[in-house]
Amino acid sequence: MNAEINKSLKNAPAKKKKVASLDKRKARSGWLFILPFIIGFVFIYLPIIFNSIKFSFNHVIIQTNGGYKLEFVGFQNYSDAFLVDTGFRPALTAGLSQLVLDIPAIVLFSLFIAIILNQKILGRAAFRAIFFIPVILTTGLISQIDTNNLMLQHMTEDSINTGAASNTGQGIISAQQLEGLFRNMVVGGGFVDTVVKIVNNIFDIVNRCGVQMLIFLAGLQSISPAIYESCQIDGASGWETFWKVTFPMISPIILVNVVYTIIDAFTSASNKVMQYISSVYDSPNNGSVLSSAMSWTYFLIVIVIIAAAAGIISSVVFYQRRD
Amino acid sequence: MNSVETPKVKRETKNKIRVDFERTPLLQRLRAKFLNFYTVKKALWYLFRFLLLLGVSYVILFPFFTKISASFMSSSDFTDVTVLLIPKHPTLATYKAIIAENGYFKAMGNTFLLSFICGVLQTFVCTMIGYGFAKFKFKGSKALFLAVIFTMVVPHATLRFAMFVKFKSFDVLWIGKLLNTIGLTPDPGINMLNTNWPLWILSATGLAYKNGLFIFLMRQFFKGIPDELEESAYLDGSGVFKTFILIILPLSVTMMITVFMFSFCWQWTDTFYANLFYTKSGNALLPSIIKTPASLAEEVSKAGGTLYSSAIQNTCGLLIIFPLIILYLFGQKYIVQGIERSGITG
Repeated sequence: MNAEINKSLKNAPAKKKKVASLDKRKARSGWLFILPFIIGFVFIYLPIIFNSIKFSFNHVIIQTNGGYKLEFVGFQNYSDAFLVDTGFRPALTAGLSQLVLDIPAIVLFSLFIAIILNQKILGRAAFRAIFFIPVILTTGLISQIDTNNLMLQHMTEDSINTGAASNTGQGIISAQQLEGLFRNMVVGGGFVDTVVKIVNNIFDIVNRCGVQMLIFLAGLQSISPAIYESCQIDGASGWETFWKVTFPMISPIILVNVVYTIIDAFTSASNKVMQYISSVYDSPNNGSVLSSAMSWTYFLIVIVIIAAAAGIISSVVFYQRRD
Repeated sequence: MNSVETPKVKRETKNKIRVDFERTPLLQRLRAKFLNFYTVKKALWYLFRFLLLLGVSYVILFPFFTKISASFMSSSDFTDVTVLLIPKHPTLATYKAIIAENGYFKAMGNTFLLSFICGVLQTFVCTMIGYGFAKFKFKGSKALFLAVIFTMVVPHATLRFAMFVKFKSFDVLWIGKLLNTIGLTPDPGINMLNTNWPLWILSATGLAYKNGLFIFLMRQFFKGIPDELEESAYLDGSGVFKTFILIILPLSVTMMITVFMFSFCWQWTDTFYANLFYTKSGNALLPSIIKTPASLAEEVSKAGGTLYSSAIQNTCGLLIIFPLIILYLFGQKYIVQGIERSGITG
């Protein structure tokens, strides 16, 4: 008995070793595929990250020959950002409250549009092509031109906003109109303001929905039509099908999209905090290190937000077991 | 309703019978078919969807319409209150002045060289990395994927100064410093500012703008491809790389075109890196052409000129994205297809 076990023990590793070597070979090629990223991450990215953190604890003294000298100041940049700098805290609160408003709007809107674009409708291909235009075209330069675009404001003022009072500016709808609509309902003014804000930001929101819409569309395509067919046979309505099938099936993608939207919203150049930080970067007195300190603080805050959002959403996410 | 009668068999030949029965009149039948709650609801939903899509399309396209119409306006059209969208004195002067005086073609050539190589590099590198993450299980692959997510989360604006310093005196593994101390080179690093090298290096290592997203998309796409495909290739004696090049790459062409279009277009319209790495005015990229041409400066300084100068900026923007519009017309179907096939499941 013992001898037998010994024998099998002796044989087993030999057998295992052969399998392991194949796996190892495959694993090694896996490393090779990822090699460009590893090289870049270790030799370029990590030093940059390290330097950036280091700079945020230093003051920079630019020397006449174009070089620079660092002077360690501890947490002074961080405390300056919060206590001395007058613009950072307001920008931070404004930016974060903007995020709270924008993210649900973007995710829900892109989900809604993706569902509609996924259904059969006249001119679907043309609509899809139009909806993905902002992803490609309204980026970087163009969005920079479009912020404070006098000409666009001039032209939208009269064409879209025909009935509105002239003093409300370029909004599509004005708060007064909506308040008139909601006056008799039991809805708080805060709610009305929020709705007005979202509707007036529709340009911005539509422009930022592109990638999310693509990801949702891809997710919707991956749901097997057989499930919908069986729902139909069982007599489920479209509403029920959405909540019982579509929503659980794409809940992981909602998670992905929420995280992506947070990242995108907070790293985009149109973000108020980012704009403020880059304006600080250009200012003369240690602006570069102060902006580093500010953006690392901001980064930590957003990481916390992402973790919280991901934690809440992933508790309701449904994963289909795929075997 | 009609009582059920036994239908009468009217005429019968060898092969044919004709059954006569009272049919419900056509109008009634149509009414029953279309005027029920189900059909009406469906039609209304269809209409709602269509109008909504139309409306949002309008919101998306309207800024482009205004840009296009304003680009043909002369400066007098902007002071004219009766002119809103259709120019009274259409002119090509704005286009001509920008193309002639702002160095449009030179900037476009430079940007094309930069964006095309960046796009190709990013597409291939992200495809490779995504494939590596999707199909190979090895120690640390999860941690490395977290690293990819990390590069996506940290905005490059945070690293602005550090990046500037890094590429101002580019050095890997202290090699440059070593050569410098020995005395072989005058500087401890290579000054890469005002060249395309910083962006090419970032692209080649999957660290450029939004490359984390591309890697993620590619990984999800490759996860959807059945492993059996590669296994059969391995059984036939094909190596890992041969399989990748001969089997996997042809399958992922649509997805690669999608990623290429993203990376190319985002690099094309980028201003962040252009401001960061190109400090000299000599090697102009497209952002540098956004300015009022000298010959139009006089008109801009007149009354109502601020609107005109804004219109000039918009025209510059149009000229910049013009090549992208053409690219998009050809490539948009690949984007939709590529994304549909990626089968993202979170």
